[in-house]
Amino acid sequence: MSKEEKKVNRRDFLFTASYTVGAVGVGAVIWPMIDQMNPDKAQQALATTEVDISNIEPGKSITVLWRGKPVFLKRRTPEEIAEARAVNMDDLPDPQKDEDRVKEGKDEWLVMLGVCTHLGCVPLKDKGDFNGWFCPCHGSHYDVSGRIRKGPAPTNMEIPKFEFVDSNTIKIG
Amino acid sequence: MSEHEYTPKSKAGKWFNDRLPLLTLGAHLTDYPTPKNLNYWWTFGGILTFCLITQIVTGIVLAMHYVAHADLAFASVEHIMRDVNYGWLIRYIHSNGASMFFLAVYIHIFRSLFYGSYKSPREVIWIIGLMIYLLMMAAAFMGYVLPWGQMSFWGATVITNLFSAIPLVGDSITTWLWGAYSVDNPTLNRFFSLHYLIPFLILGLVVLHIWALHVPGNNNPVGIDIKKPSKDTVPFHPYITIKDAFALLVFMIIFAGFVFFTPNVLGHSDNYIPANPLVTPAHIVPEWYLLPFYAILRSVPDKLGGVILMFSAIFILFVLPWLDTSKVRSAVFRPIYRQFFWILVIDVLMLGYVGAMPAEGIYLVLARVGTIYYFLHFIVVMPVVGYLEKTDPIPMSISEPVLTGGAEPSLARKINDKV
Amino acid sequence: MIKSNIKLLVLSFLLLISLKPLQSAEMVDPIKVEWSFKGLTGTFDRASLQRGFQVYKEVCASCHSMQYLSYRNLGEPGGPEFSEIEVKAIAASFEIEDGPDDQGEMFTRPGKPSDKFKNPYPNVKAAIAANGGAYPPDMSVLVKARKGGANYIYSVLVGYEDPPPGVTLDDGVYYNKYMIGNKIKMPNNLSDGLVEYSDGTESTVDQMAKDVTTFLAWAAEPELEERHRTGVKVIIYLILLTILVYLSMKKIWSRIDSEI
Repeated sequence: MSKEEKKVNRRDFLFTASYTVGAVGVGAVIWPMIDQMNPDKAQQALATTEVDISNIEPGKSITVLWRGKPVFLKRRTPEEIAEARAVNMDDLPDPQKDEDRVKEGKDEWLVMLGVCTHLGCVPLKDKGDFNGWFCPCHGSHYDVSGRIRKGPAPTNMEIPKFEFVDSNTIKIG
Repeated sequence: MSEHEYTPKSKAGKWFNDRLPLLTLGAHLTDYPTPKNLNYWWTFGGILTFCLITQIVTGIVLAMHYVAHADLAFASVEHIMRDVNYGWLIRYIHSNGASMFFLAVYIHIFRSLFYGSYKSPREVIWIIGLMIYLLMMAAAFMGYVLPWGQMSFWGATVITNLFSAIPLVGDSITTWLWGAYSVDNPTLNRFFSLHYLIPFLILGLVVLHIWALHVPGNNNPVGIDIKKPSKDTVPFHPYITIKDAFALLVFMIIFAGFVFFTPNVLGHSDNYIPANPLVTPAHIVPEWYLLPFYAILRSVPDKLGGVILMFSAIFILFVLPWLDTSKVRSAVFRPIYRQFFWILVIDVLMLGYVGAMPAEGIYLVLARVGTIYYFLHFIVVMPVVGYLEKTDPIPMSISEPVLTGGAEPSLARKINDKV
Repeated sequence: MIKSNIKLLVLSFLLLISLKPLQSAEMVDPIKVEWSFKGLTGTFDRASLQRGFQVYKEVCASCHSMQYLSYRNLGEPGGPEFSEIEVKAIAASFEIEDGPDDQGEMFTRPGKPSDKFKNPYPNVKAAIAANGGAYPPDMSVLVKARKGGANYIYSVLVGYEDPPPGVTLDDGVYYNKYMIGNKIKMPNNLSDGLVEYSDGTESTVDQMAKDVTTFLAWAAEPELEERHRTGVKVIIYLILLTILVYLSMKKIWSRIDSEI
């Protein structure tokens, strides 16, 4: 390697190093500017809601607010549960057993995010072709287990993380 | 400016450039012939651009979380500091950034004063620069009001009351500024709106400032006109960009020192007390960068007189290019003016210092002496010294002094003999 | 020439600064404490923060609010770092007003970590009325809101004295060596053995004052540890990049210098 070439190499190395280290710094500065738009610590702390379910009659449902979105809590009758479980999996666009959508031993309680998986509207209860929910925005039909049956929505209504604190209280989140 | 026509290499580039000559502009900025003897005092233009962009970006971010309401502003700032992801970092960059911005602008202005960069043919650059400086002061003042602490509230009260000194309509103007019968929620709201607007006005003026600079080209430490491009110039990129980058990094180290280790040292502790219209803090002071003007205001025992003098202290700078009668630009070749220049620097620092002290006793005396010298410097010293001073010989070219590391007049004369 | 002028400039400015002591003749400088959170890499003393919270809760909280803090903050990194269970227990020990419920009524419930610190008074006017006309300041950012910061707060807490002869005090006003103006409406609330520290530390007035001041310093600047840590990294990074850019600059400019 000639002296000339060595000189060029050192120069190249210096410039590459400067650019690389500089780019790392720019990246490190950009991240806080992006992350500041994510939910802040106060928002994150509000991520759980406790609901009293002692007053809900069989066949009735309530809607509560969790993280700014509606959550449907429905106490289903034995007939409704039977209906949901009798469905042939082949009829479902997004096949999922009703058993997988409720807590074992608490089969009557359906807890799901009341948000249509199409574009985020809130479906109406006891409407539609399948005794479940019907989204008025673009005509998605959900059954009594909250599964999509007809319409543009791609998936079943989402089940949030929840647990039974005691027999009368559900903690969502 | 380089006269050669730039033609993009690619066909698409040519197609675009024929319709909007952005590539020509880019080539102009890259090749822009710059005097090669610019010293580090010339890097503050780039540093100031960085400051402006930093303030705009962090400001837009803060506005996403800030609430401009008298009852909620203070709490929303605390929300930013405690809960918003990296909120503390962004707010401290913004609040300390204002101080760093002014630090850089003062160096930039005094550099111009020393090397005569305000003189023909660069008067318009100077005047646009002063307009930027005025808008910076307005933006900084309104920004300081937004956290709605005690200093915010009382600073706003004192500054808006300056306008009440205007005869006949003063009180109406003050009430109009407030939108209420005191500094109150409407005032806070409009200040927020204007605080968001002004930086973009500054950005527009910065474009004009640079445009106006690129017509005659940069002044330089020797202060002579140079042929462009020539042996005395270098292309802006990479020579000046790398030098600016180095200076900017050193500046950023100081900036980071403030942000991470003493983020509140340039502020005032009273501004962490929520605004209270019933209690005035014992000792009201503006931010450090406004202190010299505050000292001038307080040095006059008359309300209207003080206000007029304070505004005059700024507006006198607008006519500076015509007050300076010297034919030589750079103070390097002006032995007498150079002494007065440093006296002015000391004078302004002293005014800043006494501005932070109570307006009584020795401080009042110093403020008055300082104010008198400030005006004498521009009204008397500059025209008179310009006429009487015997300046040192000026070199014809900057090539030789650069080689020897300084603009030594004796060496310069040797070059002249050679030429 | 320029260099000698700059020297002159710096000298005259230093002279000017040295005039400063003239202004504050009546104020006593606060006691200087070697806080663990001072300096470039300063961090809070966790045990002291936890004890300080206890002092706040048992002594200060009956009059002073801390409205910008939430119970969850007590468990966050860089703070007292109580465990999640402890934070829940602390929060639950306060009755927090919530509502309105489905009947439109306000009700109280045990606190949750996401709740803000409970305010001892419903509003500022109630606080003033209950304290002889003086508002016990909110302590969330108190350390940042006082000149002298932590040193000043600590000094006031230990600065109660009998008034010097010639100073008369109204009812409900106390003499304090370090308080601005020397008159304070807060009585001396600390006495040896006032709280019982669970970690066995002896609760002297000095110890409690230090602990609660540490706690208040954290409350005012909960980001302090992260700030120091990030700051050290940022400065090291910047110095590294500055060196690289400096060498690049020398390289680039050497082209010009060798031309001539």
